[in-house]
Amino acid sequence: MEQTTMTSDSILELKHIHKTFDDKTIIDDLSFQIQKNEFITLLGPSGCGKTTTLRIIGGFEKPDSGQVLFHGTDITNYPPEKRELNTVFQSYSLFPHMNVEDNIAFGLRLKKKSKAYIRDRISYALRLVNLEGFEKRRPVSLSGGQQQRIAIARAVVNEPKILLLDEPLGALDLKLRQEMQHELIRLKNELGITFIYVTHDQEEALTMSDRIIVMNQGIIQQVGNPVDIYNEPQNAFVADFIGESNIIDGIMVRDRLVTIGGVAFPCVDEGFSPNQLVDVVIRPEDVELVEPENGLTTGIVRDIVFKGVHYEIQVDSQIGISFLVQTTQAFSVGTSVGIRVIPDNIHIMNKPISSDEQIIDKDA
Amino acid sequence: MVKKLFSRLYVGLIILFLYAPIAVLIVLSFNDSKSRVVWGGFTTRWYSEVFSNSTILSAFATTIALALLSALIASVIGTLAALGIDRMRRKQYQVVMFFTNIPLLNADIVTGIALMLWFVRFLPLGFTSLLLAHVTFNIPYVILCVLPKLRQMDVNLYEAARDLGANSRTAFFKITFPFILPGVLSGFFLAVTMSMDDFVITYFTKGAGVNTLSTMIYGEIRKGIKPEMYALSTILFLIILLLLILMNIVPRLKNREQTASAVRDF
Ligand SMILES: Nc1ncnc2c1ncn2[C@@H]1O[C@H](COP(=O)(O)OP(=O)(O)O)[C@@H](O)[C@H]1O
Ligand SMILES: [Mg+2]
Repeated sequence: MEQTTMTSDSILELKHIHKTFDDKTIIDDLSFQIQKNEFITLLGPSGCGKTTTLRIIGGFEKPDSGQVLFHGTDITNYPPEKRELNTVFQSYSLFPHMNVEDNIAFGLRLKKKSKAYIRDRISYALRLVNLEGFEKRRPVSLSGGQQQRIAIARAVVNEPKILLLDEPLGALDLKLRQEMQHELIRLKNELGITFIYVTHDQEEALTMSDRIIVMNQGIIQQVGNPVDIYNEPQNAFVADFIGESNIIDGIMVRDRLVTIGGVAFPCVDEGFSPNQLVDVVIRPEDVELVEPENGLTTGIVRDIVFKGVHYEIQVDSQIGISFLVQTTQAFSVGTSVGIRVIPDNIHIMNKPISSDEQIIDKDA
Repeated sequence: MVKKLFSRLYVGLIILFLYAPIAVLIVLSFNDSKSRVVWGGFTTRWYSEVFSNSTILSAFATTIALALLSALIASVIGTLAALGIDRMRRKQYQVVMFFTNIPLLNADIVTGIALMLWFVRFLPLGFTSLLLAHVTFNIPYVILCVLPKLRQMDVNLYEAARDLGANSRTAFFKITFPFILPGVLSGFFLAVTMSMDDFVITYFTKGAGVNTLSTMIYGEIRKGIKPEMYALSTILFLIILLLLILMNIVPRLKNREQTASAVRDF
């Protein structure tokens, strides 16, 4: 066993997991560790292998190779019922022929707990998810949000060490979703257990997580806390996926200087080879629109949309690139503007060599 | 006006040919006269004769035992088969369903003769061969009733049970089985009906000395029609009618409280 990967608080570890379906690689050499009491999120576009990863952790899918370790014990071949974790499925999956009470008691009755204990746990769980008095209701008579809460209650009464949640808020409307995000954070703090959360919604991931694992095509793109992931995306995929970005082809002329369409932009990045082709990532809120004579280059405002807090503006620049800009200032369509970005806000990234290039946060 | 008249005539003809013969049969079974054209007053004589005739009673017992037993065995095998088929990939699934459909569409006489030729190689024809034949042609009906239920079921339901600590057996009996039970019951009743309904396959696989109601009636009628045969046919018709009604009611009860709780304690 590699000693270096066994920190004392690591509750779950995936080591070199591979999974193929019909000869198609879905998960490719996936490794990560999860600490006790962490709220960790698997974030990535639909079809990137998040659910498959969760199912491997839950025991519903066997990896072709690799290991799942729980407190250092290899549980790769344990059936789901032997794992000290519970899952909240994307489709809720409440047992339709049982009422709420029987659904919640399902796990406890299998464990032959006493009637009094079960009654206590049911009322505790219903209080936890704010659904007291719902004991006798049938799943079909509940709204989506209520079913979701019961699914959570049904899982947590078993006191799992880890709770797995697969896009639990995906089917809820925006307002309810935001409410439930706060509920889930409260729940996690109250229960003091580890949450592994799956979502394709970057905003949700940034709001709730202690740490985020960004995935694409079965490969980890970046691991880090929300602030790092947002501010220092490690490649163009992460930058693009976490919020909108301008991702532009550039040439790294020398340290701290990149050219875009022949125009020089001072930046702060170093260590690229001279004249290397790179991805230049600039957040829309970091593009400044100034008087034409004060810009590094100039452009024409093509489109402006009011977004509530700010305006979203499309500027067609002279260098042939269309910039997405967020600013609180309004410009009318057709105005000539100067475009400026301060060196700190220009992020230079290596272009991906191929789709199996893998970038892992080593100290995560 | 003409159109309306025509459609009435059409419906009238349907009723005349489908249900009138059965109605005539039922009426004749209460006719206190051996004649088929003269009404000799109301009687239940033929029914008493049916119930005191040991040949008829034994054929009746054979029919019921055969129907229930073959339906039960077919329900078990058919349900297990459906569980397997449900997990198959598309191509495999299509191949298996093709072979499942063959016995359903195959002419009974072909199935009957084929089964007989097969059985005589290793089995004296009798109740056992009859039972095997009925189980064989009943299995596809059960599969076709259970499979849609399995397809309807959220696969995560079974997995959720495993997740909460149930082993595969417990998860099946507590979650999957209650969910598909309406399908299994429809399959069972359909199999009972099909078994009681069958004449051709039974005729070829029963061997000498064993008779179901249908083969017995056939044999009796060749000797000349006796009124107790009307009574017997009426009884048979009513039993199958009852089964049909049951089959239509059971699936509809599935969301009701009573079945749900009955199922929960299963
Ligand atoms: N049982 C399966 N058989 C074949 N392909 C599958 C199976 N489960 C998932 N896949 C494929 O694996 C890929 C990843 O799926 P999934 O893990 O569900 O992605 P995500 O949850 O990130 O949307 C998808 O292309 C999906 O079609
Ligand atoms: Mg998914």
